Amino acid sequence: MTATGVAMARPNPLISMLRKNTWPLGLLGFLGVLLLATKAINPSYGATGVQNLGISVLPLAFAAVGQAIVVISGGIDLSIGSMMALTSCVSAVLMKDQPGEVALAVVAGTLVLGMILGLVNGGLVVFTRVPDIVVTLAMSFVWAGCALLVLQRPGGGAADWLKTLVSGALLNEWIPKAAVVMLVIIAVIWLPTSRTRLGLSIYAIGSNRLAAFRSGVPVGRTRVVAYVLTGLFAALGGLSLTATTGIGTPVPGPYTMMSVAAVVLGGVSLAGGRGGVFGPIIGVMALQIIRTDMTFLKMDSNLATVLQGAILIGVVMIGSLVEIRRARA
Amino acid sequence: MSAVASPPEVHAANRRGGLRVLFRDRPIIPLVGLLGLLVLIIALVKPGVVNPSWAGVIVRAAIPLSILAACQTITFLTGGIDLSVGAVASMTGFLVTTLVGDQGLVLGLVIALALAALAGLINGIGVGVFRVHPLIMTLGMSLVILGFANVWQRITVQTGAGVPGELRWIGSATFAGIIPYSLIVWIPLAVLVMFMLRRTGYGRLLYAIGDNPIASRLSGARSWQVITVLYTISALLAGIAGFLYTGLTNVANVNLVDSYVLPSVAAAVIGGTSIMGGRGGFGGTIVGALILTVLASLLTVLGFPEPVRQILFGSIIVAVAAAYTRVTAES
Repeated sequence: MTATGVAMARPNPLISMLRKNTWPLGLLGFLGVLLLATKAINPSYGATGVQNLGISVLPLAFAAVGQAIVVISGGIDLSIGSMMALTSCVSAVLMKDQPGEVALAVVAGTLVLGMILGLVNGGLVVFTRVPDIVVTLAMSFVWAGCALLVLQRPGGGAADWLKTLVSGALLNEWIPKAAVVMLVIIAVIWLPTSRTRLGLSIYAIGSNRLAAFRSGVPVGRTRVVAYVLTGLFAALGGLSLTATTGIGTPVPGPYTMMSVAAVVLGGVSLAGGRGGVFGPIIGVMALQIIRTDMTFLKMDSNLATVLQGAILIGVVMIGSLVEIRRARA
Repeated sequence: MSAVASPPEVHAANRRGGLRVLFRDRPIIPLVGLLGLLVLIIALVKPGVVNPSWAGVIVRAAIPLSILAACQTITFLTGGIDLSVGAVASMTGFLVTTLVGDQGLVLGLVIALALAALAGLINGIGVGVFRVHPLIMTLGMSLVILGFANVWQRITVQTGAGVPGELRWIGSATFAGIIPYSLIVWIPLAVLVMFMLRRTGYGRLLYAIGDNPIASRLSGARSWQVITVLYTISALLAGIAGFLYTGLTNVANVNLVDSYVLPSVAAAVIGGTSIMGGRGGFGGTIVGALILTVLASLLTVLGFPEPVRQILFGSIIVAVAAAYTRVTAES
C-alpha cells in the first residue's frame, strides 16, 4: 500500500479509532444506560455503589482479561477458575500473620507461580498437540486438586496493605481504587505487550495460524507465551480474591465459565485474532450491574441468572447476525 | 473415521504405520486394553475387590455418565459441544421429583422431557441458525435453565415429595446384586445412538458437517436443520440421564449433575471422538466412560485423598489424550 493509500484509508485517527472499537464503545454505552437505570431504580445509588462495583468485579475482570488474551491467540483456557483458586490459596497461606514486606514477596511469588501454571498449560497444549479445550479442562482438575492440597478448607489471611489497596476510593469518591489498580496493571502488562512484535504475533496466530507461521512467527512459542500471560492474569485474579475476601478458598468459583462469557460479550471472537481486553472488562461490569439492579428491584436473584444467560445468548446472536449480513454484503 | 469408509488411496498412503491405522480406525481396541489394564491393577493392588458385584457397581455408575458422554459425542462430531447437559439433567430429575405428587409419574416424565427438548431446540436454533458458538450457546442455556430451576425450587420447596420409587429402582436397583436395571434404559438408547451414527443418513450428515462444513453445504446438506435436531436429541439424552442420576443418588437437586459435565467431555475425548469434528463414535465413548469410572474406583482403592485423586485424574486424561493424538496424528 502506498502512502496516499494509507492516508485515504485513514482520513481521521479519531474516526478510525471509533470504527475499530465499535463493539467496546457500544458496550460502554450499554453500561452507561445500565448505570442510569440503576440510579433511576434506586436514587440512593451513588459513590459507595460504584466502589462496591469496582471491588466485586475485580477478580472476574482479571479472569476475563486473561481469557481474552488466550482466546485472541486462538486458544481457550478452561482452567482459569482453578488457577485462581490455587494462587489465592497459596498467597493466603503464605501471607497469614506475616509482616507487610513478606507479603510483598508473596505477591511477587504468586505472580511467578501463575506464570509457571500458564507455562505448564501452554507447554502441554503445544507439546501434546491435543486441542486446547481438552488440555485445559483436564488441567483444571489438576490445579483444583493442588489448591485442595494447599488448603483443605477456606483459611489463611491477607496483608492489610493488600486489602486496603483494592477497597475504598482514590482522589475522588467516584473512582474506586480497584478500578485504578486494574487499569494500572493493564497499562503496565498488556498495553506495552500488545504494541510489540509479541502482541502482533498473538493476534496473528489467532487470526490465521498457517499464514502467521509462513510469515515467520514462531507459532508454538507465541502460543505458550499467551498461556503464560493468561496464567499471570489468573494469578492477579487469585490475589484479588485473597485481597477482597481476606482468605483463600480452595474450591474454584464460577470464574472459568463467566470469563468465557465476558470475553464473548466483550467482542472477542472465539475463533481468535480479534478483540481486545477492555471490551471483556466492560462486559464483566455490565453483568454485575444487572445482578445489582435485580436486587434493587427485589426480584428473585435466580431470575438474574436467567437474565445473564439470556443476555449472553442475545448479544452473541446479534453479533453473529451482524457478521452474517456483513459476510453476505 | 471408524464409521465412514476411507477411500482406498487414503489407506494406501497410511500403510506404513499398520499399528497407527489400526488404532485410528479401531480406537476401541487399545481402549479396551487400557480398561483391562486398569482392572488388572486394581485386582493386583487389592485382591478380592474385583468381583461380579464390583463390576455391577462400576457399570451402574458408568451408565448415566456414558449417556451424558453420548451428548458430547454426537455434538463433537459436528465440531460442537453441549455444556448444558448438566443443567438439563439436573432439571429433569428435579422436575419429576417435584411433579410426581400432583401429576403422577408418567406426566411428570413427559413434562420434564418436553422442557428438556425445548431447551435443546433453542440450543439448536442458536447454534444452527444464528451461528452462535456452541460453547457460548449451551453455556448461556445452562444459566437460563439453572435460574428457572432455582425459581421452581423456591415455589415448590414445601411440596417436595422425595424421589419416586420407580426412579430409584431403575437408577440403583440390581438383579441378583450384580446386573443393574438401568441397563433396561441404556441398551435401547445405546443401540439407537449407534444405529443413528452408523446406519442412517442423518448420522452420515453429522460426520460430513463436522469434517467439512463447506463441502457438506455445497453437497446440499441443510446444516441448520441437522444441527437443530442434533441439539434437541442431545438434550433429550441428557434428560434421560438426569432421571437415572436422580434414581441412583436418591437426591433431587438443581445442581446434581453439574459435576459430571467435565467427566462426560473427558469420556468422549478418551473414547476417541475428535472435538474438532468428523471423527469418532459412541462405541469408544462407552469404553471411555467405563475407563473413567474404573479409574475413579482405582484411585479410591489406592486410598489417595481427594486432592491427589483430582490431580491424577486430570493428569491421566491429558496423558491418554496426548498418546491418542500422537498415535493417530495425520502427517
